[in-house]
Amino acid sequence: MVYVVIIFLWTAILLYILLGGADFGAGIIELFTSRANRPRMRKKMYEAIGPVWEANHMWLIIVIVILFVGFPKIYTTVSIYLHIPLVCMLMGIIARGTAFVFRNYDAVKDDMQKVYTPIFVISSVITPFFLGIIAASAVSGQIDLQAQSFVSAYILSWLSWFSLSVGLFTVTICAYLATIFIIGEAENESDRQLFTRKARRTIFIVMAAGGLVFLAAHAEGIPLLHWIFSDVPGIIGIILATISLVITFVLLNRNKPVMLRLLAGFQVTMILFAATYSHFPDIILLKGGDNLSLLTHQGQFKTMETLGYALLIGSIFILPALVYLIYSFQQKKGSKGVH
Amino acid sequence: MAFSLGFHIVFSCIGMVMPFFMCTAHYLWLKRKKAVYLDVTKAWSKGVAIFFATGAVSGTVLSFELGLLWPKFMEHAGPIFGMPFSLEGTAFFIEAIALGFYLYGWNRFHPWFHWFTGVIVGISGLLSGILVVAANAWMNSPAGFDFIGGQYLNIDPMKAMFNEAWFSQALHMCVAAFVSTGFAVAGVHALMILKGQNVQFHRKAFQIAAIFSTVAACLQPISGDISAKDVAHRQPAKLAAMEAHFHTEKGAGLIIGGIPDTATQTVKYALKIPKALSFMATGDFNGEVKGLDSIPKEDHPPVAVVHYAFQIMVGLGMAMLGIAVVYFIALLKKRTWYESKWMLKLFVLATPMGFLALEAGWTVTEVGRQPWIIYGVMRTASAVTPMPGIAYSFYLFTAVYISLAIIVSLLLFRQIKMVDKLYDSSTDKNTK
Repeated sequence: MVYVVIIFLWTAILLYILLGGADFGAGIIELFTSRANRPRMRKKMYEAIGPVWEANHMWLIIVIVILFVGFPKIYTTVSIYLHIPLVCMLMGIIARGTAFVFRNYDAVKDDMQKVYTPIFVISSVITPFFLGIIAASAVSGQIDLQAQSFVSAYILSWLSWFSLSVGLFTVTICAYLATIFIIGEAENESDRQLFTRKARRTIFIVMAAGGLVFLAAHAEGIPLLHWIFSDVPGIIGIILATISLVITFVLLNRNKPVMLRLLAGFQVTMILFAATYSHFPDIILLKGGDNLSLLTHQGQFKTMETLGYALLIGSIFILPALVYLIYSFQQKKGSKGVH
Repeated sequence: MAFSLGFHIVFSCIGMVMPFFMCTAHYLWLKRKKAVYLDVTKAWSKGVAIFFATGAVSGTVLSFELGLLWPKFMEHAGPIFGMPFSLEGTAFFIEAIALGFYLYGWNRFHPWFHWFTGVIVGISGLLSGILVVAANAWMNSPAGFDFIGGQYLNIDPMKAMFNEAWFSQALHMCVAAFVSTGFAVAGVHALMILKGQNVQFHRKAFQIAAIFSTVAACLQPISGDISAKDVAHRQPAKLAAMEAHFHTEKGAGLIIGGIPDTATQTVKYALKIPKALSFMATGDFNGEVKGLDSIPKEDHPPVAVVHYAFQIMVGLGMAMLGIAVVYFIALLKKRTWYESKWMLKLFVLATPMGFLALEAGWTVTEVGRQPWIIYGVMRTASAVTPMPGIAYSFYLFTAVYISLAIIVSLLLFRQIKMVDKLYDSSTDKNTK
């Protein structure tokens, strides 16, 4: 049963990166869009993410619930030692959520828009940035359970070039997902060209940020290359991701939005796969070489059993409904003869 | 933490109950085809969306906050009482999906399917409320594990979820949600009727909310009674603190009001109804009710806070019950009353009552459990995070929730202000 739980954990993380990531990315690319194009970008974005938006946070909540029910030791270690970046990320989530609500549900349309649009945009950057920091810090042996001082226990646990570069990389991934996603929403040629241009630029930025991650890892003595390239599945994952990135780049000029979305999703899946595979079942690497493993730190038998069943039953209810939600809104748009 | 929960409780209650109001209005629109019902539905659905989104955000934050502030508690409690949380996640997810259908589904689906998604929003919201309360009930009535030598063994999450307190607490909470939200909504609409704005629109809205809230207000004393007996049985310290009941006695009197003094173990200036407490707690006028003297001093909750909070809750509950009774009399007998100004004013007056009672009740159950975080098993002080400077995180979260509350109020205020332009399609047709 523990494997069922782990699969759910992994899938929830992936879906949060994919769906939530595209959602954050919407705010990020708004920041990098010229003032003239901003309104139509925003309008498209809202139409695209509106119906699904409400569901995105749930993936994160599921991750948290799985961790604290099934792997309490891991959950508490993260929440104690990565307290500060977690709080920063939460602030981002709150600010973003409320700003989004304001943008879309405020009955009065006036100058208030000028107040909360920047909030929305900035928090869209902050949230994935700290999310990346948290993920990077958890796996790079920075958490020191023996730390004596405040700085080494609660600040150096996450403040490193490697963590910062992964944070940046996460931001670019989100932007990338959003640009790819929005291409499919374009309703006319000029929109499509605008979005395609954006997507092409973002790809270069993603690659640059990815390079930065390796540089930072090298500078800090983190054996990132070894982790990824030490086993066959990891190598395959990276190769597939690279190939599909090339295909994406080629396909950008042709009108194949669905294909593009699938490819982008596939790349991110592969990156996450390669990044997590070599560590499995360890999820947190501590300073001094100790690890917190999903297998040795799992909860008691009965807890895992019920958690597994709860997740399975839950997904029977959730997944068809969610798929139908996304499907029917895509469908209705199509039937209006928009595409 | 308590502060965040205090806010979250308001968000989530409104988020739980508003969909039912919305669906009622929607149902009436589908049945009677009067445009005003559609207007009300649409206006309320905006409210639901706002509260859902902020509720989702504050819920996300809470799920992190538990670990950020109480890691020691979560490390041990998580595997035991996590079951309702994982199911709650499911229920909430379904609610989110259904809300997606509902909000964006106007004219896209079959009208009754669309309505049905709204009902799902309500039911799954209610369900997640019940589940979360079940988790809280576990803290009051720990079950589903053996605590041996400082270790938590033989964990059984199902037993933990269906602990002794879950039913009485969940029932009390759900009814409370209807009472408080109902009175708040009815109050706001009553105020708008009194101001003479969009009377037709607000009158329909008022009627729906008023019916829900008054019926719930009449049911609440019954569930309160169930809760009282349950607490008397499981957590004598809490009941004793609620009642400022210092000495164990048979045929104990019910204390109303008064200032409890822990040093002298007396209550000054209180009204005392002989034998009533024994009857409430045990069902027998001569039953024995344990006083604080039967509990070691270090396990006493703060008596005064719990006592005052309990008095406030019961007092407000009674006030709302009174209003409900008057309203029913008006509905059944005196048709002239129920549209009258004083009746509306009564409801305006009652707008905050439900939520004040809700917060007071929350204080009773949480402060009444102190010094325990898991009743009889773990103390609150030993659950807090070891990180120094944690007070700043407390302040930060508090500030965040205050601003959330301000933002939501502002948004709602702006919604109400725009009723005239956005929602009331009858303004030109109706000369009211």
